[in-house]
Amino acid sequence: MAKTDVSAAGPLPETAPTGAGRSIGDVFRAAEIDARLVGMILALAAIWIGFHILSGGIFLTPRNLWNLSVQTAVVAIMATGMVLVIVERHIDLSVGSLMAAVGMVMGLLQSDWLPSAIGFDHPATWVIALVAGLVLGAVIGGFQGVVVAYVGVPSFIVTLGGLLVWRGVAWWLASGQTIAPMDSNFRLLGGGSEGTIGGTWSWIVGVIACVGVVALQMQRRRERARYGFRLRPMGIEVGIAAGACVAILAAIAVLNRYYLPPLLAERRGAPPGAQISLGLAYPVLITIGVTILMTVLATRRRFGRYVYSIGGNPEAAELGGIKTKRTVVKTFALMGTLVGLAGAVQIARLNAAVSSLGTGMELSVIAAAVIGGTSFSGGIGTIPGAVLGALVMQSLVSGMVLMGIEAPLQDIVVGIVLVSAVAIDTTIRRRTAV
Amino acid sequence: MRGARVWAILGVMILVLAACGDDGDGGGGGGGGGGGEDLTIGVSWNNYNEERWAKWDEPAIKEALDAAGAKYISSDAGSSAEQQLSDVENLISQGADALLILAQDTEAIVPAVQSALEQGVPVVAYDRLIEDPGALYVTFDNVEVGRLQAQAVYEQVPKGNYVFIKGNSADPNADFVHSGQLEVLQDAIDSGDIVNVGESYTDNWDPAVAQTNMEQFLTENDNDVQAVVASNDGMAGGVVAALEAQGLAGEVAVSGQDGDLAALNRVALGTQTVSVWKDARLLGNAAGEAAVQLAQGTPLEEIPDTVIFTTPVNSYDMTSILLTPEAITQDNLDVVVDAGWIATDELCQGVKSGTVDVCG
Repeated sequence: MAKTDVSAAGPLPETAPTGAGRSIGDVFRAAEIDARLVGMILALAAIWIGFHILSGGIFLTPRNLWNLSVQTAVVAIMATGMVLVIVERHIDLSVGSLMAAVGMVMGLLQSDWLPSAIGFDHPATWVIALVAGLVLGAVIGGFQGVVVAYVGVPSFIVTLGGLLVWRGVAWWLASGQTIAPMDSNFRLLGGGSEGTIGGTWSWIVGVIACVGVVALQMQRRRERARYGFRLRPMGIEVGIAAGACVAILAAIAVLNRYYLPPLLAERRGAPPGAQISLGLAYPVLITIGVTILMTVLATRRRFGRYVYSIGGNPEAAELGGIKTKRTVVKTFALMGTLVGLAGAVQIARLNAAVSSLGTGMELSVIAAAVIGGTSFSGGIGTIPGAVLGALVMQSLVSGMVLMGIEAPLQDIVVGIVLVSAVAIDTTIRRRTAV
Repeated sequence: MRGARVWAILGVMILVLAACGDDGDGGGGGGGGGGGEDLTIGVSWNNYNEERWAKWDEPAIKEALDAAGAKYISSDAGSSAEQQLSDVENLISQGADALLILAQDTEAIVPAVQSALEQGVPVVAYDRLIEDPGALYVTFDNVEVGRLQAQAVYEQVPKGNYVFIKGNSADPNADFVHSGQLEVLQDAIDSGDIVNVGESYTDNWDPAVAQTNMEQFLTENDNDVQAVVASNDGMAGGVVAALEAQGLAGEVAVSGQDGDLAALNRVALGTQTVSVWKDARLLGNAAGEAAVQLAQGTPLEEIPDTVIFTTPVNSYDMTSILLTPEAITQDNLDVVVDAGWIATDELCQGVKSGTVDVCG
């Protein structure tokens, strides 16, 4: 820790002059900021401000942003897995149907099967149901992966079959009935007024995140110095850290200004007029956790490097000694696990398991990954990008509902945004590649 | 299950073939039959893969046919409008004397219906409209469903802010139901007693979409919503989940339809005001009986209890049997229990004793 300054004092040049007249691209390059990520954040900001004005000042309220964060969770969780699948040049069309099937099993477990064994609302119910869902998702996803990798059936076909099969299974499990209600502990996974960590803990999470960002940056800088890589200018380094911290804490501050609805506060015995912060909802925490884990997995672990090299050039990866088949199976199993997790959040939020759960959601998930910069030609795509993509899509939908735009028109807008986003991205990529 | 049905159909086909050529030309088949004997009624399902058809409708149709001594044959189009066209042809060549058709598409089925009518095989449009005045339309009155939903909600909340959660925009039933709701509420809306503070269609009648939309309406109105007119029970479930998150469940009136078991439980709990119940068994019976009469040669206009229904697209005057649905509220939950639709323990799960009569 004491040696953190070594890098700054090292023999390495602190890059480029700091004079005026440099293009924005140069600044980004010097700062090593992902320009497309910044572009997406700017686009998101534009969408938010636009809706705020058009909705008469409702969009950018703590309450709506809190809603938005919860509504985005399900698609975002699955999108992190879809990135890796698409990076590997595969596709998974079965996620919506698989979510329904796994959701139905978790629903039946807690409302039918477990109550007859250990009683309704037993404290262990939620763990058993959740773990069963994750394992089932992993097994089914892995099985589809085996058929893709070892049997050699194209993933489009395998998961198209899955799309039909798992929807049918979801129906068949309960003959199409709605399964409700869910276990009271399990319901916390879906957010709602109970399923949050409260204002104080949200601040603690924010501060930890802040410290984490700074620590990560310092460690990176040290490593780069050790291997003699070029370093970012110190000013930019500090600027990024400060910017990230301000953003995190500002987000927490805004979300914490959404208070427990007065009716519920009264029922909990709070004095009238008391303002109890709801803080981060569990589904949002889960999404953040999944995003971090998946990013680490994709960028810092051997598995992730394999995935990207398979996507970049499958033959080269195979010849280079990567166990490509095993990696593909693992990727699909991971996707299935995330589907199980997302299904748990969805049925907890709805307080019911229905056989139509997640109908058409595979398309939202793929769209989120693609808007987030994942390329169908393989090898390219980031996890945070996909999460941002999910946020962009949900912002569009939520904002249009606030404005009273009807469902068919919403679909038209989302479709146009999807194609435009990829068109802009492709154009920019082609230009910068030259 | 599906496999068993395929075998059953194959079996029936063989029987029909073995019974040989008396009916072979198909033309004018049922015209001369005296009683119900020897009649065959063909049913074309658009998508058998939904709970209600197998559980309620099919047994009720069979019951009506058995009573008349008529035979039941069927086919399933698996949600394909094209498949259903050939299904209808097949049923006719299997010797059907009358057809019950649950249409996948109200317009696309018309050529098949016309061809059947030309061959002297009468057609009953089962539950879903077929835009052809030659067919008999048997359904629950969907406009009435909307009226009943609105009435129950209006009784509880005569003044206040209303949200309308409508069905799938591509489904004509969504608009029928909504038009019934407006019939009841329009005066109060015009006088300003009721304010429409949010209204949206719901893709695929999806409960999760309804929940998200409801959250947005609550946000937009800062929770100042007194009633939600939701068009079916699944969506009502999403609405109640959104209300619960704001502590409003039970405070806000919510409507639904279908008599879903989970919804009836909510009615008992008090978080949903009304579920409009359409007893599919009545529908199956009525349609089965009408089909037998048509097969015996009774002309359309002589079928009992018919009214004229004007279709929305082509303004055809269709001879119709419109059954009256029933509004189930906390006061008459005994109706669904007595009918054997739901068991008391399912209905009363989580209900405090002494709050609802049926639950003790």
